[in-house]
Amino acid sequence: MELLYKNIDEPGLNTIAVYESHGGYQSLRKALAMDRADLIQELESSELRGRGGAGFSMGKKASFLPKDKMDKYLVCNADESEPGTFKDRELMQKNPHQLIEGLIIGAHAASANCAFIYIRGEYDYVADILDAAVAEARAAGYLGDNILGTDQSLSLVVHRGAGAYICGEETALLDSLEGKRGNPRLKPPFPANQGLYQGPTLINNVETLSNLSHIVRMGAKAWSELGVKNSSGTKVVSISGNVQRPGNYEIELGIKSRDLIYGLAGGPPDGREVKFWFPGGSSAPILTAEHLDLPYDFDSMAGAGSMLGSGAIIVIDDSVPVVDVALKLATFYRNESCGKCTPCREGTNWTVHMLERIDSGEATPMDLDIMASVQEHITDHCLCVLGDSMAMPISSMIKYFRPEFESHIEAARHRNDLGAPPSPHPVEAVGSAAAGPYTSVA
Amino acid sequence: MTEVRRFTHGSRIPGWDDAVDFSKDPAVVPDAATTPVPEHLRAEIEEYMARYPDFRSASIPALRAAQREHGWCSPLAIEQTACVMGLTPGYLTAVGTFYDMIETQPSGRQAIYVCTNISCSLRGGDAIYSAMLEAAADDSDLNVRHFECLGACDIAPMASVNGEYVGPLEPSDCATIIADVKAGREVLPDKQLRRRPSAHTIAKQES
Repeated sequence: MELLYKNIDEPGLNTIAVYESHGGYQSLRKALAMDRADLIQELESSELRGRGGAGFSMGKKASFLPKDKMDKYLVCNADESEPGTFKDRELMQKNPHQLIEGLIIGAHAASANCAFIYIRGEYDYVADILDAAVAEARAAGYLGDNILGTDQSLSLVVHRGAGAYICGEETALLDSLEGKRGNPRLKPPFPANQGLYQGPTLINNVETLSNLSHIVRMGAKAWSELGVKNSSGTKVVSISGNVQRPGNYEIELGIKSRDLIYGLAGGPPDGREVKFWFPGGSSAPILTAEHLDLPYDFDSMAGAGSMLGSGAIIVIDDSVPVVDVALKLATFYRNESCGKCTPCREGTNWTVHMLERIDSGEATPMDLDIMASVQEHITDHCLCVLGDSMAMPISSMIKYFRPEFESHIEAARHRNDLGAPPSPHPVEAVGSAAAGPYTSVA
Repeated sequence: MTEVRRFTHGSRIPGWDDAVDFSKDPAVVPDAATTPVPEHLRAEIEEYMARYPDFRSASIPALRAAQREHGWCSPLAIEQTACVMGLTPGYLTAVGTFYDMIETQPSGRQAIYVCTNISCSLRGGDAIYSAMLEAAADDSDLNVRHFECLGACDIAPMASVNGEYVGPLEPSDCATIIADVKAGREVLPDKQLRRRPSAHTIAKQES
């Protein structure tokens, strides 16, 4: 079943003429004719879960906004920077009007009058396409005052960021959109009550909003029958890493992970096996080859101790040492930590130091325990989940691949000729060697 | 990704434990009468400011516009932006130093970002980065950097050349890229992401 990716490669789909010839903006007319409460009810009963990573019910989030008359904001989070994720880029590049239509429907549900698309600065060419599409939609009367003769008005600005992973976190995104450094805010108050410019704000991912026109068109019931329980609808999955056909694939949630990795993406190169994989971007705890038969949906991934996240699968084959991936990952999070909360700023930094020691053979197996405990101290102790995003995959790597970490230390120690391993009991070692200048002066 | 610089005691703020000179007044909003700003830059920044309910929201687009004008966000570029926006240079410097694409150190105008994050490095991104550095040699007009995930793992290993995504790259492509950039030509037209069909479509056609 294809919804978001239907006709995706048709030439000119990014123009309003071609989009409308496929029935584009019909759902918008239907949605604008609906009462707001009914529209929110429809979105809630579709059980659409946010596609950005957290998987929270989109309809419920929209219902949290106060109903009073005031300036309300809708922000589309297009700061797709989670390593391994590239679905939003393709959706915006090839079908920008699908997003704009969904965005106007979302604004109607939240009765927002001011909308922003926060797109990451690196996606400049995609932002140009969006700008052109927004201008077309405005000229056609889908944006501006009294859209299609209703009382719904909406302004839409495409805002380009300037390269910061943390700005994908919703409160950091709001600060960045307000023209500040992208530091996350303390929650509560949640953005639904106090978000952009202190006003009520609904924040949704590109893919979430792109789904709205299809939900309105098909009806919530028909849409929610796609996929499986608690994971309704289709999902665009980005598969990358050691696979033969990396790319975006639209699937119904609940298909077997093996069919995704081996079927659609062609599996690892010939002669290689899947060693481990990230099911939801690099922030998700890893899963191993034995989890390949799990269905790919929110609940099954959570049940296996990981998460569906942004739906980005990164496959790592058996030629890659786990320490390399861990070091790459930790370095990334260290450099992207905004530095506001101590556990994340220092935890990511020290994790990198410890991994470098492991890589050079200076570490002992005890360092693995220390590293695991550092991860525990990061988790849940910060304003946002950036630190957790490093802590979760690193602890899962230690959990599944501890022997490999240990043999990596041993091999590196021999390779770098570092002599005998440090004693696992440093205090005793000092005690027994207590000869020479440090003997007690009796 | 930019390496976060660390200073004394591991702090990430340069000069954080330097004594403050209290005899100096803090920098104020630059005086429009004594700060000449190119007319087109002023017009562009004012257009950005008018887009938002709060003009401060325009600081990132404004800094990027100043960077296009000056090549990097030099103290002069920041002063001009601050003058048009009515903000202090300190505020804009604080914002500018947070974001990777805003260059607060002198750098080349041609931005070549090579992705070296997980998905690209699994397919040889690090080799592409060193080949790119080698091909660029020491040309001060080129700003070759390794970068966080650029969101194009389907064409890994890839690079963003002045915003144009190209991949999958071979180390031998790097010399071509650099030559194309220097000559002002379109970069590797047959490897541009925007011309590539979706993997979903290809899979559908094959089945």
